[in-house]
Amino acid sequence: MNRPSKSTREAKRSGIAAALALSVAGLALAGCDDSGGDPRKQIGANPVLPGLQQYLVPPIQIAKPISWGNDTPKVSAGLRIHALATGFQHPRSLYVLPNGDVLVVESNGPKAPIFRPKDFITAWAEWSAGARAAAPNRITLLRDTNGDGIPDVRTVFLDHLNSPFGVALVGHDLYVANTDAIVRYPYQDGDTSITAPGTKLTDLPGGPIDHHWTKSLVASPDSSRLYVGVGSNSNITENGIEAERERAAIWEVDIKTGAHRIYASGVRNPTGLQFEPETGKLWAIANERDEIGPDLVPDYLTSVQDGGFYGWPYSYYGQHLDPRVRPQRPDLVAKAIVPDYALSSHVAPLGLAMYTGNNLPASYQGGAFVSEHGSWDRTPFNGYKVVFVPFTNGKPSGMAHDVVTGFLDSDNHTHGRPVGLAVDRSGALLIADDVGDTVWRVSSAPATSASKPAS
Amino acid sequence: MNHVAAAETNFRPDAGLKRVGFARTRIIHPMLVPFPVAYFTAALLTDLAYWRTDEVMWERFSVWLITGGLVMAALVAVAAVIDLAYARQRPVWPRALGYLLAVLLSLPNVFVHSRDAYTAVVPAGLTLSVIVVAILLFLATSATWTLTSRRYGAHK
Repeated sequence: MNRPSKSTREAKRSGIAAALALSVAGLALAGCDDSGGDPRKQIGANPVLPGLQQYLVPPIQIAKPISWGNDTPKVSAGLRIHALATGFQHPRSLYVLPNGDVLVVESNGPKAPIFRPKDFITAWAEWSAGARAAAPNRITLLRDTNGDGIPDVRTVFLDHLNSPFGVALVGHDLYVANTDAIVRYPYQDGDTSITAPGTKLTDLPGGPIDHHWTKSLVASPDSSRLYVGVGSNSNITENGIEAERERAAIWEVDIKTGAHRIYASGVRNPTGLQFEPETGKLWAIANERDEIGPDLVPDYLTSVQDGGFYGWPYSYYGQHLDPRVRPQRPDLVAKAIVPDYALSSHVAPLGLAMYTGNNLPASYQGGAFVSEHGSWDRTPFNGYKVVFVPFTNGKPSGMAHDVVTGFLDSDNHTHGRPVGLAVDRSGALLIADDVGDTVWRVSSAPATSASKPAS
Repeated sequence: MNHVAAAETNFRPDAGLKRVGFARTRIIHPMLVPFPVAYFTAALLTDLAYWRTDEVMWERFSVWLITGGLVMAALVAVAAVIDLAYARQRPVWPRALGYLLAVLLSLPNVFVHSRDAYTAVVPAGLTLSVIVVAILLFLATSATWTLTSRRYGAHK
């Protein structure tokens, strides 16, 4: 019988393999245990960028949504906040018409496809964070006829849209950026609803994947062009590079013909397109890539240069290579622009408002409010607030500080998540909250308590 | 008991189907054992295809194949436990441990394959797939995928 000796041999080999397996598992577990550092080190022009790491089990940390009740977000000294209106369904962005009417875009993205087992987990994570809430894909109008800060007219302004996000009024043409097209509607001053059919100006990259679905929209100051933020179709090209055609880019669309060109590229998910009032330059906020560490890659606020390439997917913050992308493109990496201002990692900026109003304290004049929707893949949480980035001579000039907080409570429950921002006709800051289903209005506190905003 | 001893040295996969003593017992896990082997081996092939082409379709095949292999491996485990409990079986440790190791290595492998883009496969995923298939090929030299044998068969 030679079986025992064979068994011993087999057992020995299995033993070696088992040791190998344990060491693999050990390495993997060692990689799991880490949490992010101080986000303040990653705010500003020169963020600290740690080395990248790859996860075995990517972190998912979901903040459970609970109702605001009678609570409200907290604001800095000198400010006060109240709910402009409640009871929305996933309000995602805001737009203020010249007559002061506020448009609330109640929208959510198309159903995400399942390509891999992981997509079931992601779908569950988004659902439990309240990010997959059903939305009517419509625009609601709010009008405050007596100027007391509380709207007394509320109508369905535009219905049956396809995951709308950006809105821009040019003369009497109202442009709505659905996820798959820009549509033009006739608008007359004072309209509370539009029933006329829209005219498509141009298609935008939409389904079938449509990973980043929000199409931000702004008209050029001379009203000749529209700029559209078109997010990438993946985290980091895992859906194939062909799926990224004309995505992760800011489009320039001719308002007369609908013809477009890529104005800037390599911006993973650009939103909040705005023209900086002092210099007239185009600015954007961007959501950077995930799954290479709690402090990578910082999301950012940047001016957008004509023809500029900002790195995605091949690199980040200039020439920091991302090993997950094949084939690599050293030619593009070489010309990748470093964004102007880091907001720290995984904060998910989704709203930008350059402030030129005169309701809020003077220190806010000329700076930028940025809403940070909040992280879902980082420990500890980051974002879940509205911050203010001071500007001098049309450029960020100092540390961002918190203006509106309290969306995430001390038990790590979310009462809300800030998304779209707008400044209303009186100069107050409006915040869409797509988990609290509320639009908040931040204005100056009565004179007695007015003081410099604290951070 | 002579025919029982004969069954013990006979490694045909249907060895367990023989009528033994007073109890009609059949072992069920051998018909499931090949599924993870086929899935993990196919995953190595699709990994190689991804490595050579950068085509994400192959990476998606790999991650589903490894997932499928793990699901089938869970069924194998259940079936093997039933066989041990009710079909008078004892584990053949070298084969069972080798098989278990291949399955356990496929667990980190499915997580590696759940990463995004190139590093879902190269180098860690592909390496794990190679090790898993190497272990399974080594086990294949023993001419059967049966992880247990008759408890009362061997006379020592």
